[in-house]
This record gives sequence, C-alpha cells and structure tokens, in this order.
Amino acid sequence: MSLWLWILIACVLAYLTKLVGYFVPAKLLESPRIMHVAGTMTIGLLASLTVVNAVASGQGIVLDARIGALAAAAVALWLRAPFLVVVISGAAAAALLRLLGWG
Amino acid sequence: MSNRATPVRLRESPAFKVAVSLSIATGLYGVSFGALSVASGFDFWQTMVLSLLLFSGGSQFAFIGVVAGGGSGVAAMTASALLGLRNGIYGMQINAMLRPGGWKRYVSAHVTIDESTATASGQSDPDEQRRGFWTAGIGIFILWNIFTAIGALAGDAMGDPKQWGLDGAAVAAFLALLWPRLKGREPWAIAAACALATILAVPFVPSGVPILVAAVVAGVIGWFSHARLDEGLEPDLDPYAEKHRHGQGESK
Repeated sequence: MSLWLWILIACVLAYLTKLVGYFVPAKLLESPRIMHVAGTMTIGLLASLTVVNAVASGQGIVLDARIGALAAAAVALWLRAPFLVVVISGAAAAALLRLLGWG
Repeated sequence: MSNRATPVRLRESPAFKVAVSLSIATGLYGVSFGALSVASGFDFWQTMVLSLLLFSGGSQFAFIGVVAGGGSGVAAMTASALLGLRNGIYGMQINAMLRPGGWKRYVSAHVTIDESTATASGQSDPDEQRRGFWTAGIGIFILWNIFTAIGALAGDAMGDPKQWGLDGAAVAAFLALLWPRLKGREPWAIAAACALATILAVPFVPSGVPILVAAVVAGVIGWFSHARLDEGLEPDLDPYAEKHRHGQGESK
C-alpha cells in the first residue's frame, strides 16, 4: 500500500513541477546558472540510472548479461537506431547471453 | 488546436508532421515501459497511474528502475522528482512561447515533456510552435497510455522477465535517453563522473541512494562549471535534432 502512496506523491510532484514553470517569472530563465545546473543534473541522473541498472544488484556490483545489453544498446545508438530498436537490442542481447548460459 | 483559418493546411504543416512522427515513435515505446513496470513488480493499475498522471518517460523509468533494484518508495519518488525538474524549465519556455491562458495553462502543463517542448522550440512561427506543442503533447499522451496498457498486459503473460532480457531492456532504455544529450566533451565528462560516483556509492548506501549521490555530483559540477555556456549544457531542448532541424537557432 505504501508503494501506492509514493506513486501518487511522485505524480503530484511531477505535475506541480511542470505547472510551476508556467507561473515563474520569465527572468529566472535568464539565469544561466540555473539552466546549466538543470542540464547537468539530467545528464548525471540518466548516467547513474544506466549504470545502476547495468551492474548493481542490491548493494553489490555484478557483471552479468546486462553488460551485454549495455554494449548492444551502445552499438545500436552508434548506428542511429530509433529508440524502440535500441531497447529491443538490449533485451535481445541479455536474453541471448542467458540462453548461452552466462549471467 | 485552433479553428481559425490558417495560411498552412494541417497536413502541410511542418510542425504537425514532426509531432505526428514523434508521437508514434514515442508512443510505441510505452510498450517497453508497461512491460518493464509489470516485470519490476508493479501491478497493472500502478503502471497505468504512472503513465496517466506522472506522464514523463524518464521519471517513470526512474521510478520503476529504483524499485526494481530493491530501492525504497521514497528513493524512487525522489529520483523521479529530480529527473522531472527539467520539465519545470520546459514549462517556463512554453509559457514564454505560447502564453496559454486560463484552463489551457493547466492542460498544457501536463503535456509539457521533452518531445512536445522540442517540437515547439524547433519551429520559429508562433502558429507552428502552437500546433507542434499540442499535437505532440496530446498525441504522445494518448499513444503512450494505450501502449503502456498493451505492454503491461503482455508483460503479465510473459512469465520470468529475465528470460526475455527485460532487465537488459531497461539498461538500453536509460542509455538511449542519455545518448542524445552527450554532445560535446563536458556532457561526457559529467556522465562519466556520475557513473563512477554511482559505482563507488553502491556498496555503501541503500539501493536507490547512489542515483541521488550522482544527482548531487552533477548539480555541484553544474553550479561551478556554468561559465562555458556555449557547450549546450542547458536542458537539451532538442535531443531529436536530426529529425527536425527546421528553424533551429532562432527560437528560445
């Protein structure tokens, strides 16, 4: 039940964040530092989420089939594949490696 | 969204075309969100509420990603909220661009996401900006939710998600969200520093917290490195630039 609570709080916060932008004086947009920090944080969070999902297992670091998924996705992105193809490549690589008995 | 006579017919509108293709592409990967969410232990309605009400792809993947890694609800909520901060910036930009009034402001806030903002800011004509924003916003909202439901239902019937490599799909999804933002040396350096901080933090703090450590690292780097603005580190308004280069550089 408490997971529901956090889901709903996350939803409210997501909407309020979007809405706040519509009521903030346009001047803040001119603050380069705020814009810059928002940009670096987005990059940092996405990089961290990628790594956590690739190698973290609880509080341990594990190298398993997910590393293959990471590599396959990187290759697909390098080849400018669309999002869905990248995601499918990741899944296929992990599934294939497990089928071959690794991870 | 407007019924008045316009110089360009809808089908010939460049913003409309971009918005429709982005809606289809983005909507389709709602399938992967739906399937991953169910695989991470969320039920059908929890998954749907995230797509209907939270409605911001990165934040939704973050929420289920933290829980899938064994993190707590608080950590999931925090990661999701932090990742959604950029939507506030987008809100300011759309507000400055379109000036929606009354109730429209509250609706447009909900569909203020990467893709709708990118479509609008890729156009220079105000009518085109408006069309692009609303077509992409509403189009993605509808398709994203339909495909989330399909993914959630299919995911339920699939059995062991690891056998299908769904955890690999999550890794790929996050990398794909990050990739378009890695333009130039500084974004790469920030991504590398945050990846390293994450790995170093994993053994010492509870699940989900390493992501917040990385957010702090990124924020501190951003706070002290903002001198070099020409490197495109502001929230990336147009991560899909190769799909629609029209009017770039003159908007904002």
